[in-house]
Amino acid sequence: MTVKSMKDYVGVSRDRVENFNGKQLVYVSWDHHLLFASPFLLCLPPETPFAELVSGPLTALVQPDPDAAAVDWSAVEWLKDNAPFTPDFSRSLAANGIGHKDQIRFRTPGLNALLNAA
Amino acid sequence: MDMKATKKKLGMKERYRALTRDLGWESSYQDKDAIFPYVNYEGIKVHDWDKWEDPFRLTMDAYWKYQAEKERKFYAIIDAHAQNNGHLNITDARYLSALKIFLQAISPGEYAAHKGFARAGREFPGVGTQVACQMQAIDELRHAQTQIHAMSNYNRYYDGFHAFADARDRIWYTSVARSFFDDAMSAGPFEFMIAIGFSFEYVLTNLLFVPFMSGAAYNGDMATVTFGFSAQSDEARHMTLGLECIKFMLEQDPDNLPIVQAWIDKWFWRGFRVLGLVSTMMDYMLPKRVMSWREAWEIYGVENGGALFKDLARYGIRPPKGWDDAEKAIDHMSHQFMLGLYQWSFGTSFHSWIPSDEDMDWLSAKYPDTFDKYYRPRWAHIKKLKAAGTPFKNYGLARLCQCCQLPSVFTEPDDPTLTCHRETVYKGEKYQFCSDGCKDIFDNEPEKYIQSWLPMPALFSELGGDVGAWMNWVSLRDGDDNGDYDGSTDQKHFNEWRGLATSNL
Ligand SMILES: [Fe+2]
Ligand SMILES: [Fe+2]
Ligand SMILES: [Zn+2]
Repeated sequence: MTVKSMKDYVGVSRDRVENFNGKQLVYVSWDHHLLFASPFLLCLPPETPFAELVSGPLTALVQPDPDAAAVDWSAVEWLKDNAPFTPDFSRSLAANGIGHKDQIRFRTPGLNALLNAA
Repeated sequence: MDMKATKKKLGMKERYRALTRDLGWESSYQDKDAIFPYVNYEGIKVHDWDKWEDPFRLTMDAYWKYQAEKERKFYAIIDAHAQNNGHLNITDARYLSALKIFLQAISPGEYAAHKGFARAGREFPGVGTQVACQMQAIDELRHAQTQIHAMSNYNRYYDGFHAFADARDRIWYTSVARSFFDDAMSAGPFEFMIAIGFSFEYVLTNLLFVPFMSGAAYNGDMATVTFGFSAQSDEARHMTLGLECIKFMLEQDPDNLPIVQAWIDKWFWRGFRVLGLVSTMMDYMLPKRVMSWREAWEIYGVENGGALFKDLARYGIRPPKGWDDAEKAIDHMSHQFMLGLYQWSFGTSFHSWIPSDEDMDWLSAKYPDTFDKYYRPRWAHIKKLKAAGTPFKNYGLARLCQCCQLPSVFTEPDDPTLTCHRETVYKGEKYQFCSDGCKDIFDNEPEKYIQSWLPMPALFSELGGDVGAWMNWVSLRDGDDNGDYDGSTDQKHFNEWRGLATSNL
């Protein structure tokens, strides 16, 4: 049963991709960097090259973290669907298989200023 | 024709019978199922509605008299509060943030509870149940009204109170409470009773109201304290109704047990997420604190909740599934949530602030295993950013949980350094969650939760990402209602007015 109801009941997804005017949502999260209270929510065209997501909104958003300047984007470890993932920086989100509301994570082993400070 | 009045007065018990059970009748023109169409589809089996006992045996006439008396006292004190500059007697205007969140997120919940009980009273066939629901519906309406009236005096002097209804409907941090009630109100009458009558009123209400009302008393807010007293006797009745209802379901048929247990699991977790707001008020927003969130949890969660579930064990009920995950979150949730509120404070209709050194020492003492290790370094860094003239604002917005609708600020139950990531694919579409508890609820009834209206995605789907337009739409006045308390109009006004009242300058 997909919902407790008196008769057949089918819902309509509120946040389906058609409602985002040609764009899609992407969530990005920096593992173990919890100065940022939650994964970032970005709204971008699926044609955005992955490199642009990184050099544009992502680089700007992570600035307040003391580790930000030391991040070597060519060396970070990526995850998608909570599994290891190797993005092609030159290709688009869509071509990288990054769909609407997907969660991208990245790891920077060794960088952890705010955790080691204690 | 004249009726001869009976001289003899009825006793309590007879009176109760006459004014409740005797008001019911057996239908003859219409089929019972047509009159009460919603009572069977949830799968709860009831064999004898007369087994429903109201331990208070309260009748409508007596109820009316008590409530009117309380109302008179309440409004007398509220008037006195307004006439005696009650708005200056609070410890500090930072306290008002707790009040603003309460007014925007919780008071509308009272109104939602009113609607829900009015509906449940119509949908249940038992007369005792109908009357009890009717009284609670009126109580909850009164709670919404008296809370709004109690806080309205502050609206004349401070920011963030003026548009609580818009905040309730549209802003993001209120949607945890709003979706809690919407979920309950769109469920069947029995689930509604478990959600509100049992889970909210019985298991969680003490964690919500006791700390909040004591917080008001500790911080000189007589208006809110008065409301608390006026609602207290109602709450005792509501708790009893919730417990009565769950025992009734369990005693009526053994097949009801798994259904009831699943609802307890669900509504405990949903309620626990609403308490995220409360934990933050207790640990961060009260200038004079009552007790820490951890201490409140020990008393009202572990002790009282533990005793309750021990008592229900004889029916085969076990503690809610999320109980252990909840325990693991207690020493983290208020910090995680307050860090979020601070970095998104450009979008809140209340102020937040960086805890002072003194506050942080209090937090280390109350949370010796977690605060210094995980949270103090973040606050220290945020303080540094502010001192450097680059105060921390997170314009990345947040991933909201498809179920509880909170930003995913919570970490893995066993790793406080890592955000909890849970997702599911339903009918080809991806959904994100803050926890296993929330994901389980979705997986049980996906057709319901795929429809959730999530405030942050809506900023993009409905307003094209225009934050200014969003602020207008939620009635948030940029620069007045939002942002850091330090430098706010509330701070400036409070200090000036208090200075005038307490010195000759
Ligand atoms: Fe209430
Ligand atoms: Fe209540
Ligand atoms: Zn959630």
